Amino acid sequence: MQTKNEDYNVRQSNLYIVLFASAVAIVCGGLLAFASQTLKPLQDANVELERKQNVLATVMTLKKEDNIDSIYAAKVKERVIDFEGKVKEGVKASDVEIAKEYKKKPEERSLPIYEIMDESNPEKVRNAVLPVYGFGLWNDIWGFIALEEDLSTIQGVKFQHKGETPGLGARIESEEIQSRYKGKSIYDDDVLKAVIMMKGEGIDYSNDLHKVDGMSGATLTAKGVNNMLIDYLNCYKNYLEKNKSNLSQNSL
Amino acid sequence: MSTAVAEVVEKKSEPLFSKKNRKLISNPLDIDNPITVQVLGICSALAVTAQMKPAAVMALALLVVTASSNVIISLLRNAIPSRIRIIVQLAVVALWVVLVDQVLKAYVYEIWKQLSVFVGLIITNCIVMGRLEAFAMANKPGPSLLDGLGNGLGYGVILLIVAFFREFLGSGSIFGFKVFEELGIHYVGNGLMLLPAGACVIVGVVIWVQRSLNGYRESH
Repeated sequence: MQTKNEDYNVRQSNLYIVLFASAVAIVCGGLLAFASQTLKPLQDANVELERKQNVLATVMTLKKEDNIDSIYAAKVKERVIDFEGKVKEGVKASDVEIAKEYKKKPEERSLPIYEIMDESNPEKVRNAVLPVYGFGLWNDIWGFIALEEDLSTIQGVKFQHKGETPGLGARIESEEIQSRYKGKSIYDDDVLKAVIMMKGEGIDYSNDLHKVDGMSGATLTAKGVNNMLIDYLNCYKNYLEKNKSNLSQNSL
Repeated sequence: MSTAVAEVVEKKSEPLFSKKNRKLISNPLDIDNPITVQVLGICSALAVTAQMKPAAVMALALLVVTASSNVIISLLRNAIPSRIRIIVQLAVVALWVVLVDQVLKAYVYEIWKQLSVFVGLIITNCIVMGRLEAFAMANKPGPSLLDGLGNGLGYGVILLIVAFFREFLGSGSIFGFKVFEELGIHYVGNGLMLLPAGACVIVGVVIWVQRSLNGYRESH
């Protein structure tokens, strides 16, 4: 049997160190790869379910026991359009990665659009839900905006973020902040104005259709949200205006 | 088969919950608290305490990571070459952190979304590395587990205290429950409390209160 000193010396040899380090790396790597592979289906299902949930949550209140998949399949028509507002055939909305599209020039982006159909008349679009993507203070932010039939009034919004400060910028995820956008309007007559989140909190903007109250301590995240809305609403501008003129012709 | 340091502790075989081992849990809660006395892990104590919910889950995640990394490193302590011990410790911590992160993402997706960034930051938390280096490298797995749990709890307690005051004074709520609104009192949140600087002030006050209660003095 080795004495303590010899044992200690073996542990200091370069060969031992290299072998030990490799063993640690292989074991750790193996465990992580295994965990990642086994958990991936569950994680992907979570992500997909969340996307559907977010689309629906902009236009209706979901209950815990609701079956998101079946409601989604019954109500939502997915389409992908280009900057000109034309429908891109053969592209599935769920295959479009908005995080990647966001890095392209606005004219080149594929734009998914989710049309919520009217219950009594399945040909009629009741709401249009538009995905948006942008950059907050620390990292990416994204969300969905649901417009009412007139394609201008906001029915609801849903924002999410990757790394905004908890308690400050991360509040964009909360119902409290999102409900401030309800009933606001992105068009002022025929001019696309979007909706701006202001600096400072606790101010009443209920008379102004294009402004919402800000978040105290998170002005930079609010700026990110504003840029995101303007950027993406401009992408959808052609689609919105084409359909708006259809609407007004139909009503005549 | 062990280094000189480890031998001292290993000679006696003592029950897991001996008086000395119980101290491993109770000391970090008070006279040897990782945040207020050892002044470790301050960075995350400032970052995640604006609200109580993320602070609570963060404390729980850290508890799991310190305890399990402590056990693993303690089991390996006689095989780890001292020249690369920090890297090995880091690898073990990172392994646990990523595992916790992946499991959270698969099973509690909602909470994972809130916490993801901070769970990742546990890797850089000085408490975890500090305990591995100072305790697990020289002690048996049992006491190491207790030490990890104790320090995780000590960290969590301070985190929750700080988060309580920050959320209460800054947003007027506790665990998202709007206290002042429920009482019908109009309360304008103190913006300073929402900023990391507010946490500095509160941690300072906690240290002051704690030290005047237990009489702890820095030795010079």
